[in-house]
Amino acid sequence: MTRVDALRAIYDQLAQRVVVTIMGAVAAELQSLGHRPSFFYLQHAMGLASSMGLGIALSRPELSVIVLDGDGSVLMNLGGLTTLARYRPKNLLHIVFDNESLLSVGGFPTATSTGSDIAGIARAAGVPRTAAVHSVDEFSRAFDEALAARELTTVVAKVEAVGPSGYVTDLALLENRFQFQRYLKGAGRSA
Amino acid sequence: MPPVSTSSSRLIYDALKACGVRLISALPETWLVHLIRMADEDPEMTLVRLAKEEEGVGISAGAHLAGVKSAMLMQNHGFLAAVNGIVSCAQLYRIPLLMLISHRGSFGERDPWQTEGGGVTEDLLHALRIAYQHLDDPLHVAHRIAEAQTLAYSSNKPVALLLCRDLMWEP
Repeated sequence: MTRVDALRAIYDQLAQRVVVTIMGAVAAELQSLGHRPSFFYLQHAMGLASSMGLGIALSRPELSVIVLDGDGSVLMNLGGLTTLARYRPKNLLHIVFDNESLLSVGGFPTATSTGSDIAGIARAAGVPRTAAVHSVDEFSRAFDEALAARELTTVVAKVEAVGPSGYVTDLALLENRFQFQRYLKGAGRSA
Repeated sequence: MPPVSTSSSRLIYDALKACGVRLISALPETWLVHLIRMADEDPEMTLVRLAKEEEGVGISAGAHLAGVKSAMLMQNHGFLAAVNGIVSCAQLYRIPLLMLISHRGSFGERDPWQTEGGGVTEDLLHALRIAYQHLDDPLHVAHRIAEAQTLAYSSNKPVALLLCRDLMWEP
């Protein structure tokens, strides 16, 4: 499975939900499918996308929050999994695209390439629902089941170590940040 | 219980509440025990206990974008541990952060392991161009916390208050 195929499979369901991504390929590929004001791309601070998702989910329980994470980023903030598990917001879905490498800086292999199991680590940290998937069909099913379960879930999707040709998009970081904040201000409050 | 000032902790906590802070992230440290307990016992406050302080930057950033005012409680060694998040999340994305940092390792410090951090804390705040003030007198607590938050929001930047021994420790 490629990451962009996995993203394409869930793209329609990301509408009306709040999405926080990590930097690099995930951000560029999601934008290539079509940016929405409800998408925020944390283009640095590796490891903190899940913490931002936690902050949003705890602050606004009425919103459905989806974090699109990666193996390199999760490995930089393994403690964050214990914090997610501790507060286990029901409105947070944590997806980890695991390509076993730090692709955007030259493809250096991460520890998941030598056996470290992020779904297992999340489970042991106390995340109530976890899944590891290897195909787009399995991924789509795990995504739907996690949303239906309304319980904190970490889905680890094993994906190929391929990405887009470039990572810089025409959406400026601060434009994205203020647009996202404005979206959250209106979301769920005008209805 | 160590002789950490309950009355000063109460002043600080009440000042945070008066500023509309509704989410506090924290890692335990001796000087912060009463503040963390107050947050834990307050049904109006969301307390997020962290594994490492850098997470608190992400949590506060998320809370801010979601419309909730927050504060971070940490030791100065926690501030040292949070620097990349402060720079590459809060500063890069212009996020107001209200950081309350216990200023260990200054005059009067008896714990040998705390003595390096105190000497670099202010230099690091300067290097990061983070506006800060000391909190060392109960009379200054309420308005300095309010003014710190005002600057954080008008500038969209992190600000820091250094919680000093004279305020936090019973004489």
